[in-house]
Amino acid sequence: MNTKTMNEQEQSALIELIYQLGDDDFILAYRGSEWLGLAPHIEEDVAFSSISQDMMGHAAMYYHLLEELGEGEADGLAHLRKPEAFRNAILLEKVNGSGTYLKKPDYDWAFTVVRNYFYAVYKQIRLESLRLSSYEPLADAARKIITEQYYHLMHWELWFKQLVTSTEEAKKRMLSAVGKAWKDFGGVLTLGPSYSEMVKGGFIEDENLLKKRWLNRIEKMFVETGVPPQGEPLIESGNGRKGEHTQDLADALTTLSEVYATNPASGW
Amino acid sequence: MQAGLRFEQLTNDEKHQHFMQRINRGEKIEADDWMPDDYRISLIRLISMHGISEIMGALPEKEWVPKAPSLHRKLAIMAKVQDEMGHGQLLLRVAEDLMAPLGKSREDIMQDLFSGKLKFHNVFHMEAPTWGDAGMIAWLVDGAAIISQSMMLDSSYGPYARALKRICAEEVFHAQHGESIILALAEGTPEQRELLQDSLNRWWTSLIMFFGPKSAKETGNSNADRNIMYKIRTKTNEELRQEFFTKYIPRIWALGLTIPDETIHFDGEAQMWIYKDVDWREFKQIVSGNGPRSQERLDLRRRSYDNNGWVREALAAQKAI
Repeated sequence: MNTKTMNEQEQSALIELIYQLGDDDFILAYRGSEWLGLAPHIEEDVAFSSISQDMMGHAAMYYHLLEELGEGEADGLAHLRKPEAFRNAILLEKVNGSGTYLKKPDYDWAFTVVRNYFYAVYKQIRLESLRLSSYEPLADAARKIITEQYYHLMHWELWFKQLVTSTEEAKKRMLSAVGKAWKDFGGVLTLGPSYSEMVKGGFIEDENLLKKRWLNRIEKMFVETGVPPQGEPLIESGNGRKGEHTQDLADALTTLSEVYATNPASGW
Repeated sequence: MQAGLRFEQLTNDEKHQHFMQRINRGEKIEADDWMPDDYRISLIRLISMHGISEIMGALPEKEWVPKAPSLHRKLAIMAKVQDEMGHGQLLLRVAEDLMAPLGKSREDIMQDLFSGKLKFHNVFHMEAPTWGDAGMIAWLVDGAAIISQSMMLDSSYGPYARALKRICAEEVFHAQHGESIILALAEGTPEQRELLQDSLNRWWTSLIMFFGPKSAKETGNSNADRNIMYKIRTKTNEELRQEFFTKYIPRIWALGLTIPDETIHFDGEAQMWIYKDVDWREFKQIVSGNGPRSQERLDLRRRSYDNNGWVREALAAQKAI
């Protein structure tokens, strides 16, 4: 399908979907970049900063798709939108811990591993579906991104397994992080209010199908590593797909756009 | 095997002589080869300082990673800082091999950093309050690093020389990334040009200091002389600084920027740049951990080290299984 054969509703659902994809990666790449220099060891700093860089690249690809769909320049989309215009899931915008990346960062590695592992599994499943999207530029982007995503998933899966099956303290921290992420992972799994148009347009598969695949894979890991079943993933802090967000996102966006916003018109 | 046995029977003086002959023939020394203690110690000092400087050097630039003013710049600075971390890792691996016979490891490097015993480059103790600084660090600090590291590409210690080959190749990209930021600002609005000049004013003294004092007189030690004798390095601090001036002063002037030293000029007769020297006592203070941001940046690393203690324990327990 291309934009000429789409009706207005379909096009707006497509745009909505791409905002979700771009904003999820954009904000989580930012959270990753805050860890730079603070990871548990130098080898992880090297690997994690490479992953964050890849994810920021994925966000940029999605913003360029939106630019082609008439949503304005990619840089403006990344740096000038108000928090309520963002469509990322709230779980992905949450801070890494107390403090800021510049002052007294008491970051929680267990939460970072769990959030990234859960998201990497979902992102893989979502990309596998998007590869077959009726909107060819989106299918193309998904095919490119999935080659990198494979390694990200391996990375986080290894961390998850290693920590959750290690010392008592590690296990305790990991289980508490699983509980925290579970309360809002429902917000990642939803495609938001216009999901039925997205599916009708053939842009992506049914959200319930994707969710089921995610749950299957995660539950298999839980069984393997002795994590108790968590039930249905919830959306406790609000639905980011509807533009509901926390102060964490507003603060992040202020940092992300600090220099650009001083003069969006000039070259940087 | 026989040759090995015979070597073992030599006196220390004879081993030393044999070692110097190898170096003077241009042979490379490898990690497992016999080497004089002061050669090993010099290398450990140099390479762990270089490695930890790469790692601490990521911190001032990291401040600008999220704030980089476009998607393109964000990606470029993320790639750059990731490279620096990679260089740090590569160099620490080289240092670790040299330290192993002394019963020391990565843990000792980190503890020496925290206690202030292991120093890192003066430039990474300084503030980087504007986006202009992100450009200035990548352009001129990395530019200076390329000059001082290139002279060691032929270092007598093979593992270091090989690591530097890769590092220098990547540093060239970093300097280009920096130059691109600088050019965009130089061609931009009056405010952007002001940002740039302000940043140059802030970094100039640190750049002079980067290469170290002219001679042992200022510092009271002779590491540089010993490193030249052992062919770890080939040029003096002042020779490197002059090279830096020759390469960058014309470029700085071409951008219409003013160097904050009204005395600086090229003396055609002496064939060298004349410049205002800096206060080397201040340099010593800075690298001893008393620079404007030394303790804050060290605190970031200490804090992450403490916060992640449970992760190291968990990984060690996994290895033990």
